[in-house]
Amino acid sequence: MRALLAVCLAMLGLWAVAPALAQEEQSTAPYAYRQLDDPAKEQKAEALMETLRCLQCQGQSIADSDAPIAGSMRSLVRERIAAGDDPEAIRAWLVERYGDYVSYAPRVTALTWPLFAVPLALLALAALLLRGRFRRGGQA
Amino acid sequence: MIAELGLAALWLAAALAGLQLVAGALALSARGASLGGIVRPVAVVQGLLALIAFLSLVYLFAVTDLSVKLVAMNSHSLKPLIFRVAGTWGNHEGSMLLWVTIMGLAGGLVALIERRLPEPTMLATLAGQAFVSLGFYAFLLIASNPFERLWPVPQEGNGLNPLLQDLGLAFHPPTLYLGYVGLSIAFSFAVGALVTREVGPAFAKAMRPWVLGAWIFLTIGITAGSYWAYYELGWGGWWFWDPVENASLMPWLAATALLHSCSVLAARNALRAWTVMLGVVAFSMSMIGTFLVRSGILTSVHAFAVDPERGTFILALLAINIGGALTLFGLRARTVTEGERFAVTSREGALVFNNVMLSAILGIVLFGTLYPLLAESMGAKVSVGPPYFTPMSALFAVPMLVVLAVGPLLRWRRDKFSRIGKMMVIPAMLVVAGVLLTVMLGGVPLMPTIGLALALGLVWASVLPLEGRNLLRTPLPVWGMVTAHLGIAVALLGMSCESAFSVEKLVAIRVGETTEVGPWQIKLDAVEPVAGPNWTALEARLLMRYGDDGRVVELGPQSRSFWAPPQQTSESALLTRWNGQLYTVLGGEADAKDGRSRWQLRLWWKPFVTLIWLGGLMIALGGALALVGRVASDLRRIIARDKIEYRRERQGRAGRYS
Repeated sequence: MRALLAVCLAMLGLWAVAPALAQEEQSTAPYAYRQLDDPAKEQKAEALMETLRCLQCQGQSIADSDAPIAGSMRSLVRERIAAGDDPEAIRAWLVERYGDYVSYAPRVTALTWPLFAVPLALLALAALLLRGRFRRGGQA
Repeated sequence: MIAELGLAALWLAAALAGLQLVAGALALSARGASLGGIVRPVAVVQGLLALIAFLSLVYLFAVTDLSVKLVAMNSHSLKPLIFRVAGTWGNHEGSMLLWVTIMGLAGGLVALIERRLPEPTMLATLAGQAFVSLGFYAFLLIASNPFERLWPVPQEGNGLNPLLQDLGLAFHPPTLYLGYVGLSIAFSFAVGALVTREVGPAFAKAMRPWVLGAWIFLTIGITAGSYWAYYELGWGGWWFWDPVENASLMPWLAATALLHSCSVLAARNALRAWTVMLGVVAFSMSMIGTFLVRSGILTSVHAFAVDPERGTFILALLAINIGGALTLFGLRARTVTEGERFAVTSREGALVFNNVMLSAILGIVLFGTLYPLLAESMGAKVSVGPPYFTPMSALFAVPMLVVLAVGPLLRWRRDKFSRIGKMMVIPAMLVVAGVLLTVMLGGVPLMPTIGLALALGLVWASVLPLEGRNLLRTPLPVWGMVTAHLGIAVALLGMSCESAFSVEKLVAIRVGETTEVGPWQIKLDAVEPVAGPNWTALEARLLMRYGDDGRVVELGPQSRSFWAPPQQTSESALLTRWNGQLYTVLGGEADAKDGRSRWQLRLWWKPFVTLIWLGGLMIALGGALALVGRVASDLRRIIARDKIEYRRERQGRAGRYS
């Protein structure tokens, strides 16, 4: 996590030397640091933000990053949710734009299936180990 | 001069490690037996030489000798002394030197005090330790010499990342290293035992204090790291499943499993092969952690080294050590029998379950951490994060925690659930009450609900092993177990409360305005500039009131700007109550259209969040109690043995003279 901190801070360093850019970010991202008035919608937006990756940081979600791009993405998510979009539709739109990399939500694809096969295999292995062990143990 | 002394000491230490390896290995054969006598002294001297090398480097950093490249690259004469000293291990070369030093000293200590095991096993153990050390010495001397000189000598050093100028961070890496290296001793014991096929209770008892010690340091390191991330990152998160965090979690998971299987082996002479296997796995995880953090593969502040030579070197060491140990295990596994048998419903049964579940979680964390790297090396990018790790590890953690409630109450060998059924009534009722409570409150997601209910039940169940005991005569290790298990319950309670009941508020308000978060009323009283040694900041004065009770408390979150190198950080300000923590962050200045600017505030009310780290510390304290108990009884036995020998000798003499 220190890693991501450093990268984000490096970004912020850039941010500090380029205040004009920062201003621009602010004006184009009104909801970067502002919650939606409707608590139900805000909750929906937050749930989605926690599963989206900050593309400038090291392994941090956009929900907890100070990087400008994370702010823009937060604002985008909140605006779209406020407009009544479905969270998964927003995710799909982002994935189409930035690739699978932007989403932390586990999705089974040709690339990610091993991530889901491994827990299953571990489960099977655990069952096998325990069964074998105890069957033999039981006889003793 | 001092640099050359350090380098010479390092070369000598490496040479002695070589000697220790050769002598230890030869002494195992009949012809080389006479070499056996030198192995222990060599191990001790090797450790001392490594210490001399390390202290030389500390000295060079303390006086800021800029003719040494490492110092010039990483230090600055104007830094406070404590950070100059801590800077010794705040870089790649220094941290690797610290690693071999701790390893050498630990090996020396084993050589000096461990007399329980048969001598051949000890020789094999020390040879194994020397083998691992030798790899790291080679790494230091060939690929990352910390004493390299620099010409011409620069006027001033490069300084240190201001982020690393934090006392917590200065002592965080050494804590984790003590844990990692402690596991190297367990690894060497496992190798020694495999070589001589002496896997039994004596082996487990000799290994256990080292595993316990390593595990305590890892627990403290992880807990401290988590709290650091929590207050420093400024977003209220306390665990991110970041690869660097996972790198410290994996050895902990393996060490936890090893600790438990070790106690089965020590008490019942069962789970022999499994314990040896875990000994190998635990240290492998330490090395993988080091590789991830040190090789630059994660391209982070941790990965100070970006040149691939070092990464490849560590990878090669990893392959040689782990591959070698696993080959040895494969060759010997058949001759190391499984040991005593036991029934499903028994203490051993519960511990085996715990081990299998911990190993499964370890598998998931390992795979989830390495998979994105693997995918990237094949040209694809994948994100694996909290939404994957949390539910997948819970899949195994939940059953494990259920068994944790029952396991310590079961008897060794064979038991019946009906015997302890009655004791489980109250914990079961607490679990049901927890579920009802969260359902009634509504809106709590599934995971925190399960966590909360389980934690409530566990709080009760974990102290049950003390029931019916005379508390004054209860052995320390039992106290340790109870404390650590209670710590798990407490931490779980904190995690569940944090994720179920946290309230977040992001606002932009003018000075003089008031806002609310959870039970708190917060007024932005002023925003003023303040200055520190190498930063300036804006500090908000927040006046806070909890509920309707009239007392007003003040907090001052800051938005800091460092100037060399230019960086901006937000310093959160925290207010701790018995029932939670208020977390405040000052963001930037929002629009100032009408002349009075609004300030962004990020506020969180996190009920019972502090229990997470309190629980972590309790787990470590439990480990410490167990360690003290074990070492004390070992000492008593050694003293008793010496006394008996002394008496025998005296009686023998008396017999001769009378």
